[in-house]
Amino acid sequence: MSISVCNVEKWFGKFHALQNVSLEVPTGCLLALLGPSGSGKTTLLRIIAGLETADAGTIRYADDDITHASARERNVGFVFQHYALFRHMTVFENVAFGLRVRKWPEAKIRERVMELLRLVRLEELAQRYPSQLSGGQKQRIALIRALAAQPKVLLLDEPFGALDAKVRMELRHWLRRFHDELHVTSIFVTHDQEEAFEVADRVVVMNRGRIEQIGTPMEVFEHPANAFVMDFLGNVNVFPVEMQDGRALFGPLEMPLPRFHTSNGDSSSSSNGNGSNGNGSSTQVYVRPHELALGRTPEEGGSLPARIIHITPAGSLVKVRCVAEEFGLVMNVDITLDQHRELHLKQGDIVYVSPKRARVFMPDYAI
Amino acid sequence: MSPIHRHLLPGFSASLGFALTYLTILVIIPLSACFLTAMSLTWSQFVAVVWTERARSAYALTFGASLIAAFCSVWIGLLIAWVLVRYEFPGKRAMDSLVDLPFALPTAVAGLVFSALYAPNGWLGQFLVPLGIEGAYSRLGIVIVLVFIGFPFVVRTVQPVLESFDSEVEEAAASLGANRWETFRRVLLPALYPALVTGFALSFARGLGEYGSVMLVSGNLRNYTEIAPVLIVESLEESQFKDTGYAEATAIAVVLLVASFVMLLVINWLERWSKRADG
Repeated sequence: MSISVCNVEKWFGKFHALQNVSLEVPTGCLLALLGPSGSGKTTLLRIIAGLETADAGTIRYADDDITHASARERNVGFVFQHYALFRHMTVFENVAFGLRVRKWPEAKIRERVMELLRLVRLEELAQRYPSQLSGGQKQRIALIRALAAQPKVLLLDEPFGALDAKVRMELRHWLRRFHDELHVTSIFVTHDQEEAFEVADRVVVMNRGRIEQIGTPMEVFEHPANAFVMDFLGNVNVFPVEMQDGRALFGPLEMPLPRFHTSNGDSSSSSNGNGSNGNGSSTQVYVRPHELALGRTPEEGGSLPARIIHITPAGSLVKVRCVAEEFGLVMNVDITLDQHRELHLKQGDIVYVSPKRARVFMPDYAI
Repeated sequence: MSPIHRHLLPGFSASLGFALTYLTILVIIPLSACFLTAMSLTWSQFVAVVWTERARSAYALTFGASLIAAFCSVWIGLLIAWVLVRYEFPGKRAMDSLVDLPFALPTAVAGLVFSALYAPNGWLGQFLVPLGIEGAYSRLGIVIVLVFIGFPFVVRTVQPVLESFDSEVEEAAASLGANRWETFRRVLLPALYPALVTGFALSFARGLGEYGSVMLVSGNLRNYTEIAPVLIVESLEESQFKDTGYAEATAIAVVLLVASFVMLLVINWLERWSKRADG
């Protein structure tokens, strides 16, 4: 079942939690609401679930306007960050709860609950109490409890937030597989971009009550709509540059600018005469850590000398943190393990940094 | 090698020692004295004292009224705790402190007030007595004062549990399709059972031991509104004329003690059983 959110507003006292938010979720989609805390992502999820009411705007499930329907009328599965299992009920009774209140016959309840428990391979825990389960087990029980009555929509509020790193990884993959089997329209909230990218078909980046960008993980990562998205999706290096004849200059560097991204999503060639493109104006250029190259010798096109502060191995990558002392600018550079071996980098070494790719975001008023 | 026991708090043996000493001085010695005094009676004397028709009626009233009052206290206490935790209204703090008043008020005052209120010529009694509701000098009156004395225990045991209740759990129930009543009955109430049983036990125990207010409100009519503690006091008063009076009083006390102890054990077991989910 598709979900559409149209021009939703929400205030908590004087705090404007959601500002004119609109969102379409197609049937069978697994969508992530991604944003820092306080961005309104959980509020939006709770409004979709009916646990919170919107001050303005409409929510539709397929063609039904359910803006004013209560949570129990919406037939959604909701998974809470802290599981919200019923402590005094066994695992079996927890999963059966939604079926009991819907007055399913006892035999069908048994069958359905055991089927779900088998699905998550926890059937031997049926008679345990939640206090006897691990965090990962609790969350799986919470998930099948939400799915028991076959809801058309599954909503998850930071489902892995309370789990430790390893279990979180396992459950992420598991959720993805689970979704691929069931194809129930799902929305999950997270503040972890890695999690959003790994699990979701589509990512919605939120900030301060607004949607900043909607797209596939690849689109959002490769073509961030604005500086916030760029910054939020992983590490980014910010260079304060001077604009000269359509070129962005920073010390000895000239930034390669293939195109401008403007906040309304348009992009234009860097060579045309844009307003803030003029001589002497300053702006900021964003470069991802993997878009910087490191070398032992200065590059021809211009490179920035920097001293290595710290080297962190991170799987197939090596994260190098260095400082351009002349400008007091700290940069994060990702290089491959092979490069690292070739260059024999050590802490305190002087290296030359040059950007391979860079982005400029034009603020709204400059258009 | 024996396992090494390490306690997080220092001085386990010293604090246990103090606790045991105080328990001995304050509870065990007086109770044993009670049993020893009662044992100065022969078995037939003992039975003759504790198993008269009058005594049986007093026991039945003491336990019956305390049980009924504790049941009423549970519901009234739950309602008050619910109102105090779940709603915001002016005067909430005053109401919250009012709940503690029965703890502090001399119970004789409570008995006096209730008997004056419900007496045939009292404020409430003048309307209720013609309707057949006698709130003073009756068994109903005893239950009323015991509820007055007992319900604060329930409020104070249930309130913190309700306050700590995670709203997510109720939201989960709602999203699973439960209405407000089902959520209350299937989710909230079961989670409150341990606290309710504790509250019940406390107010029941309090009711068993209550003397002052009951004595004033009941009128102490033999075989009707005479409770066991009154019987004890009466035997004590007789002891100036009768050598065995003192022993007879303790004999009745022993019966009360043993019965109360057994009932509290049962309630304690119930409490543990209701907490089985806490693992």
